[in-house]
Amino acid sequence: MSARAPVISLRGISRVFGRGESAVKALNGVDLDVAQGEFVAVMGASGSGKSTCMNIIGCLDRPTGGDYFFCGLEVSRLSPDELALIRRHQIGFIFQGFNLLARTTALANVELPLIYQRVPKKERRTRAEEALAAVGLSSRAHHLPNELSGGQQQRTAIARALVTQPSLLLADEPTGNLDSATKVEVMNLLADLNRRRGITIVMVTHEPDMSQFASRQVVFRDGRPVGDSQKEAL
Amino acid sequence: MFASTIRMALRAIAANLMRSALTVLGIVIGVASVVALVTIGEGATAQVRSEMSAMGDNLLIVRAGAARRPGEPHQDAAPLELEDAFAIAQEIRGIDQAAPSSSMKTIVVQGNTNWSTSVTGTTSAYLPCRSYDIAAGRSFTQTEDNGLKPACILGETVREKLFGNDEALGGIVRIGRTPCPVIGVMAPKGENTMGVDQDDVVLMPIRAFSRRIRGNDDVAQISVSVSDDRSTTAVKASIEALMRDRRQVSPGGMDDFEVRDMKEIASAISEATNVMTGLLSAIAAVSLLVGGIGIMNIMLVSVTERTREIGIRLAIGALRAEVRMQFLVEAAVLSGCGGILGLLLGNAGAYWATRSMDMPFIPSPSIAAVALLFSIGVGVLFGWLPAHRASRLDPMEALRHE
Repeated sequence: MSARAPVISLRGISRVFGRGESAVKALNGVDLDVAQGEFVAVMGASGSGKSTCMNIIGCLDRPTGGDYFFCGLEVSRLSPDELALIRRHQIGFIFQGFNLLARTTALANVELPLIYQRVPKKERRTRAEEALAAVGLSSRAHHLPNELSGGQQQRTAIARALVTQPSLLLADEPTGNLDSATKVEVMNLLADLNRRRGITIVMVTHEPDMSQFASRQVVFRDGRPVGDSQKEAL
Repeated sequence: MFASTIRMALRAIAANLMRSALTVLGIVIGVASVVALVTIGEGATAQVRSEMSAMGDNLLIVRAGAARRPGEPHQDAAPLELEDAFAIAQEIRGIDQAAPSSSMKTIVVQGNTNWSTSVTGTTSAYLPCRSYDIAAGRSFTQTEDNGLKPACILGETVREKLFGNDEALGGIVRIGRTPCPVIGVMAPKGENTMGVDQDDVVLMPIRAFSRRIRGNDDVAQISVSVSDDRSTTAVKASIEALMRDRRQVSPGGMDDFEVRDMKEIASAISEATNVMTGLLSAIAAVSLLVGGIGIMNIMLVSVTERTREIGIRLAIGALRAEVRMQFLVEAAVLSGCGGILGLLLGNAGAYWATRSMDMPFIPSPSIAAVALLFSIGVGVLFGWLPAHRASRLDPMEALRHE
């Protein structure tokens, strides 16, 4: 394990939705550290708080209480635009529903994060092509999402997440919409990226099979992690 | 970044081409009608000016009877006299010509053809004053100007009606009971601003006209052509002073004559045209407003439809301001396209209208620029609310949106 500060450090994170009597406590005192280069699978039943935790880790949402250090920086009190800048430069997202822009080629979808990073056009094109090549989709670069299979769409999304060379890759049920053969293909790709490039990955899944591709499994129940393969190993 | 924002906007507009076209229809119609009306108005103004100058550059017209209100002359004012015209020609400085004239509607006969026209008794000075040119033959000689011998110069319309393809010069026409040799034919001038055919005239020496046709010596008006380098206002004032003196108007008394400056009338007509154009354009501009509301409506729909897209953009790190800018640019590009279409359509319409009304077609670059800027402004104004709404979306909820 790296001696540097962990990529993710959650301390007593809570998240409450709503107010007063109808308030729902989705997260209840989460402590979690993820070190550089880890591949963590977050598991748990629906309603266990794993997705809420994921959104906070991804800087899409802010905790109601507790502290979140991202690469050593306290981010739990940042403004929406400051969080957007962290997402822009440090985090890549992969979603269950792929979330590619329709009517936009695979290549243009992969280029999109670089547009917001103000990368010049030529460099943008080169880097997007490299990212597509890394997920084995060079030949489909000019196809629209609806001309691609589910697995190809998800690989495009992975290329989009990778193209900015983020410190952290977040995958929210990345195999949820795929058939079993394609699931393995996508998971192998993620595991390979983690192994070969040392990219830190946090993945939410409810499928135990998929979690086996990760190096560490964390199980959520009732708004907090109740099992952690790493601690158990210790 | 800005270039890619515009490209994104164009792609979004092209993705829903039919809807985009219907959305900007209001802007297209608004811009087209404003541009067409203003362009037609400019043409009309230019036409009034050119017609006025065809009637005679720097023309002053002296008439008996003061207009208390326009079109209501003083009834019992004494008519003008020939001597008034001579006095003006001799005493007023800064004029080129002064021509007395008197007209009567009468029948002119040639062979077995007759034509009812306006016969004007005047002098050779009348032609330069009223910008008539001799196309064939000659004008009156000084002897004819001052004598009783009949002679006539035909306007093109009269010549055509009476002589057709035959040679008019040297022919004889009968005006009333007086046979008159045709000594000249005038070049055609066309209709004046009021639609009167200026070529439907016959000119005669004024003394012959008074004696043989009209039966009295009254002079209806004196046309005065002011020298190019003189101000018509100053000359008008000195003519008024002279005429007051000649007609013995007491100091402070009301003038029983009037001196009309054709330039003033021309500018009054142009002004009236401008006011009309302005009013009509203002009404047309209302449709721009309606068009703007149409854009706002569709942009709001579009923001709702593209909630997921906005979520994706926010998730990968778009700032709120960037999302807002994207939709603002989209609205502005949309309405700007409408503005360009409207500009083309408006100019096409104005071209067609001016051609069919025989007016000059004067497209104005400044109107084009204003119309374009205005339509883009409408897009930005009415795109603001939808764009703002898009930028306030929560990334998580937007991503979850179906």
